Amino acid sequence: MPSSAFLDYVDPWVNWTWLSTHVPLFTDAVLQHLTLTAIAVAGGLALSLPLGIAAHRWRALRNPLLGFFGVVYTIPSLALFALLVPYTGLGIVTAEIGLIGYTVLILMRNLVVGLESVPPAVLDAADGMGYRPLARLLFVELPLALPAMFAGVRIATVTTIGLVTITALIGLGGLGQLINKGLIENFHTPLVVATTLSIALALMADLTLIGLQRVAVPWSRDTAS
Amino acid sequence: MTHLANVVQWFANPAHWSGPDGIPQRLVEHVQISAESVAIGALIALPIGIALGHYGRFGNLAINISNVGRALPSFGLLVIAFQVFGLGNLPILVALVALAIPPMVTNSYVGLREVDPDVREAARGMGYRELTQLLRVELPLAVPLVMAGIRTSAVQVVATATLAALIAGGGFGRYVIDGFAQQDYTKLFAGAVLVAALAMATELSLSGLERLLVPRGIRLLQAPSAGRATTFKTA
Repeated sequence: MPSSAFLDYVDPWVNWTWLSTHVPLFTDAVLQHLTLTAIAVAGGLALSLPLGIAAHRWRALRNPLLGFFGVVYTIPSLALFALLVPYTGLGIVTAEIGLIGYTVLILMRNLVVGLESVPPAVLDAADGMGYRPLARLLFVELPLALPAMFAGVRIATVTTIGLVTITALIGLGGLGQLINKGLIENFHTPLVVATTLSIALALMADLTLIGLQRVAVPWSRDTAS
Repeated sequence: MTHLANVVQWFANPAHWSGPDGIPQRLVEHVQISAESVAIGALIALPIGIALGHYGRFGNLAINISNVGRALPSFGLLVIAFQVFGLGNLPILVALVALAIPPMVTNSYVGLREVDPDVREAARGMGYRELTQLLRVELPLAVPLVMAGIRTSAVQVVATATLAALIAGGGFGRYVIDGFAQQDYTKLFAGAVLVAALAMATELSLSGLERLLVPRGIRLLQAPSAGRATTFKTA
């Protein structure tokens, strides 16, 4: 390193020496990132399953439900967090309300589309075999809607991993915290490494879910879009 | 509900409606940088998506670019662009253009792909040259999805432009970021209302534009608003 004036020091994009001594910083951030994402996707699933089924069963609910969550989805995440902060404070509650609000739209829409694409002939056959409505839903319709659901889970997961970085502004952030650190301290290493890790995390989660889908739903050849 | 009363008062204060930190000036900044980014993004993305869709090549690339785009953390992208290009509008523009491209490529690709092969054949049979066929037959039929792509990009660009305030940009994000920094929850909330309203207005006005641009023949055939080929949210 040159011993010239402090101002001449050029910050490399990745300072490997610093990085090697600060690994725990990154593992903690990744862990928080994954926790926030998992809660958002699981919470989204828990809400979207009953809502999606209700929207499919009662036609009158379909457009109001999709419309409401569509409006929520349009609100930029930073604005949504800011709207919630005066009521729910800085922290995980605010972050998860926002993130779950977004995943619900993706998951519910895919569930509704999946249920709607079950061929009428299949439904007739199930009725003819004596399935009651609940059994038909559980054993015929939902399994056939699973590929569309999986596509939704993939989109929701990848989207959430990107959005979690923004929760750095309300005191969380996972890898977003390190992006923020890079911004505030004008220090490239945490910024570049955290951004790269966030992209890698999203792509790895997507690939893992594709693998999981192959195993869990072998009858699907669907791709997410 | 003193909090909401404070917010109403904030909006009623004439000081917030003039000067460099006034709502009109911030609106102009926000809309300007967003419009420039979407326009540059469209100039890059639409020819690519339309060409790929017309020739039916590299379909996986056209679809997967949205998957990759979704994985990009907008916050990290903006800050990296800031470190590369320094202060000013350039880093914001670069990051926003990068995020605007994927949905437009995927949607225009899918729009062109979904043109009925019989219609293509008929156009060829009627003696249309390739370029005329593309411009006069395929593109008008693909307008709903091409426009859905532009709409998706525009809403995301408006949302992400809010984050630009973190790297010293203007726009409504200024109120939100400054509100956080000063722990001024009234300003924060007012800024968030403005950002949300602008995103909503973008969505609605582009849906309106889409309805005007769709040829009358297709309008009669289809349900009013076309679905998007991709779900995309970056900020």
